[in-house]
Amino acid sequence: MSMREETAHYVNPEAFNPAQAETLSPEQERYYQASQWQIMWWKFRRHRVAVWSGVILILFYLCVPFAELIAPYSPNERSNDHLYAPPQTLRLFHEGSFVGPFVYGSKASIDLETVRWVYAEDRQDVQPLRFFCSGSKYRFWGLFDARFHLVCPAEGGTLYLLGTDRLGRDVLSGLIYGARLSLTVGLVGVTISIVLGLFFGGIAGFFGGFIDSAIQRVIEILRSLPELPLWMALSAALPVTWSPVWIYLGITVILGLLDWPGLARAVRSKLMALREEEYAKAALLMGASPSRVIRKHLLPGFTSHIIASASLSIPAMILGETALSYLNLGLRRPAVSWGVLLNEAQDISVVVVYPWLMAPVVPIIVVVLAFNFLGDGLRDAADPYK
Amino acid sequence: MDVLTVDGLSVDFTTQEGRARAVDNVSFSVPRNRTVALVGESGSGKTVISQTIMGLLPEKAQVSGGRVLFRDSDEAEPVDIAALDRKGPALRAIRGNRIAIIFQEPMTSLSPLHTIGDQIGEAAELHRGCSPAEARELTREMLRLVRFPDPARALDAYAFELSGGLRQRAMIAMAMICRPSLLIADEPTTALDVTIQAEILKLIKDVQTELHMSVLLITHDFGVVANMADDVVVIYHGRIMERGSAADLFANPQHAYLKALLNAVPRFGMEAGERLVPIRPIEPHAEGFLKKASGRPACAPGTPLVTLSGVTKRFTTRKGGMLGGSAHTVLALDDINLTVRRGECLGLVGESGSGKTTTAKAVLRAIEIDEGGIRYDCGKGPVDVAKMSGADLLDYRKRVQLIFQDPFSSLNPRMTVNELLSEPLVIHKIGTPEERAERVRELMRLVGLDPRFLRRYPHSFSGGQRQRIGIARALALNPEFILCDEPTSALDVSVQAQVLNLLKDLKAELGLTYLFVSHNLAVVDYIADRVAVMCRGRVVEVGATRDVVQNPLHPYTQALLASVPEPDLGAPLDFAALDAGRASEPAEWPDPYRVVDGVRPVLVEMAPGHFVCAPGLAPSRPAASMEAAQ
Repeated sequence: MSMREETAHYVNPEAFNPAQAETLSPEQERYYQASQWQIMWWKFRRHRVAVWSGVILILFYLCVPFAELIAPYSPNERSNDHLYAPPQTLRLFHEGSFVGPFVYGSKASIDLETVRWVYAEDRQDVQPLRFFCSGSKYRFWGLFDARFHLVCPAEGGTLYLLGTDRLGRDVLSGLIYGARLSLTVGLVGVTISIVLGLFFGGIAGFFGGFIDSAIQRVIEILRSLPELPLWMALSAALPVTWSPVWIYLGITVILGLLDWPGLARAVRSKLMALREEEYAKAALLMGASPSRVIRKHLLPGFTSHIIASASLSIPAMILGETALSYLNLGLRRPAVSWGVLLNEAQDISVVVVYPWLMAPVVPIIVVVLAFNFLGDGLRDAADPYK
Repeated sequence: MDVLTVDGLSVDFTTQEGRARAVDNVSFSVPRNRTVALVGESGSGKTVISQTIMGLLPEKAQVSGGRVLFRDSDEAEPVDIAALDRKGPALRAIRGNRIAIIFQEPMTSLSPLHTIGDQIGEAAELHRGCSPAEARELTREMLRLVRFPDPARALDAYAFELSGGLRQRAMIAMAMICRPSLLIADEPTTALDVTIQAEILKLIKDVQTELHMSVLLITHDFGVVANMADDVVVIYHGRIMERGSAADLFANPQHAYLKALLNAVPRFGMEAGERLVPIRPIEPHAEGFLKKASGRPACAPGTPLVTLSGVTKRFTTRKGGMLGGSAHTVLALDDINLTVRRGECLGLVGESGSGKTTTAKAVLRAIEIDEGGIRYDCGKGPVDVAKMSGADLLDYRKRVQLIFQDPFSSLNPRMTVNELLSEPLVIHKIGTPEERAERVRELMRLVGLDPRFLRRYPHSFSGGQRQRIGIARALALNPEFILCDEPTSALDVSVQAQVLNLLKDLKAELGLTYLFVSHNLAVVDYIADRVAVMCRGRVVEVGATRDVVQNPLHPYTQALLASVPEPDLGAPLDFAALDAGRASEPAEWPDPYRVVDGVRPVLVEMAPGHFVCAPGLAPSRPAASMEAAQ
């Protein structure tokens, strides 16, 4: 070992730039002046699936205010000539020539052997769709009568893109109107759940001790109750005489009441973690009051987390409403929700013959998945400084 | 023969913002049986180099040039590690077997779920095909090699049962079990107390001699370098600045960067007026500030500002669940008597668990004390801090400020610098919004930061800049007393010098009083006028810094000073004199210093103004200790 020569002394000929550690590029400059919401948005934007889920959800939610305009029919409008009509195919070419979007008319007859409606497509009856047109009458937002639709069937024709049910009501229009209740149930329910969760989680997290233990035990009891029977019991308690609007409110309150424990736990644990952060201690030692510490220093730190966990509990509420309505315990006609529509599909033999009655399942799956992806994306973006 | 040759290595990171070069054309070699120190500040790329050698680079990093040749016997062909598949079997056969690593953080690098024996033996089973029984025997052998007090028992211990020093020993045993040719030690002692650091350094040296292995030591501490390294590689921003034998580099540093770094390290025995030279010096501008601060009635410097008398604090931890369980009491502060005089800087030195931070918290009234009293003199006579309330307490909060240890977690990441600095003013309802804005700009200038940074968020700043923001925030309310809780322990050496100089200048210009808590004796030696040494919740020695450092009387202070590695090849650590942590055990101190339960740690004046905890020398009247610390 003593054989080896001493290591050569090498000196880098270039000088060093002491400021190198503290100089910023313009992009960094931009990044460093961004608020937490901006950084979260940049981070969220990278989560492709979540962004697309967001776009899909926006499209779905457009049905909520404009259902009347988008749907070709009213949800409870019957056509006695088209009971259990199958979906009509949208076409562009008639006998090789372009005519624009149209459907063929159909003729109904009863198959006396199987006792079911059979519809034959009439290849000569071209029914071109009308756009921005005057169609069936509705009361816009219950305020005034109107006839304007984005799309209507041809004069005297029909447009059943997803078929009709046993009373000849258009399934597609039902879906569009149903979105109104099904999609808002989640939002209203989550709002109730956030208010309760913030309140109970907040006092549990901030005060700790006995209050915390008491709230934790209540949450544990609530979470140990089987969900579906509890919903059923509570929904059954809603008077049958209530109007659909009241039933709807009742259902959302029930869903919200049963959902808050999860959020309360999230709030509590986040608050407890943030309370231990040194910057919270720094504020206390500067003489800030506890309420100021919570408002100015803690709350901005976990609003994003609350939004993310809320967006993850919306699908549970949508599914809850669907389940209740499907079981005839939630909303009932004339109110229309996806669960109410699925109620038609309770009889397995009917579903076998008229499978399009299952159509509401598709938007439910899409919306629930989209909310889950969106929630994932939000959760990943929620802490911009990790 | 060189065990490891890094030849023109470049590593790029692909991030959202584009490609960034972390390591740029780095070449050096590690000869057999020698220790090479890779020295650099945070972000210099030294860890990336160690990750490349271990084949542990993250996904987003690519080796864009150069080779890493590893050869552990004269016959074997060199292997280019950088070219191997990071997940492949060829690299796996080398990693943990021929090249081993020990990490900085012994608290998190051991699994809490497995016994020490299982974890250490795993590598032997994997790489050498040992049976479990053989592995266990080998593990016992290794634990003996790293001087575990009771190797047989440690085999079945879990990580949480061991202290930090023992965990690091276990990590070293784990790295050693396959008798690697190269050990990478990535800041192996940074997280440890200084007395334990010395033990671990000694251990690495001993093991190296016994196993004939090469060590690549990654560190930022020139004291460790001077004591351990044969060769030194100095790296800055991914480039090698200077490379050579330790003797050459310390005796004859050539590059401006190395010279600057060496000038920034605080050393013992600096001249009284000597200043550290930071790499990025800053100019505090205090003009506007001094005018406004002068409104307060001036008090004579040297009069007692804060007096702690007989302060005692016990922490009670309950074991067991909600159905009760036995209470376990830890004496965190035992009869602390201290005085901080107006205008001085009192250094409070001790290792982790010595109670120095608890003392600072007690002064801040962040925790309640069980016995004794803390009196603060606002200019109208001493007032008991514990009895303050309402407006008095708010006034106290204005006068007494804290500078936190961690500049990252003490600034709210969701507030701009402007909001952070005006927050204290808003809380105390000082001034109009315009006056606050002006004040905030003044504060920025005071700590040498560009007021244009006010719109930025804290995550955009380097550690040193953040710490300066923390200092500016502490100064916002014109305090007279500032507690500095290890304000530089999270910072690089060059930045540490900058912050220390800033604190010194501010103290002189604004007439501040500091209680400076630190585990780093050299730092305290540089900044403090007087120093109090703490151990296990007791003050063991108080005196003028110069007296204590040059003439330590208490055995603990002596051990502490003997364990500090100095950045000077002429003053190596005396490894033979280390006594395996006995110095921090009060019951093991020789008479008259021994303190056992129930004995008051009385301070006795051994020389003018120099007090030592020596119950055996105390006069029989216990009341004498009350005045002792004055």
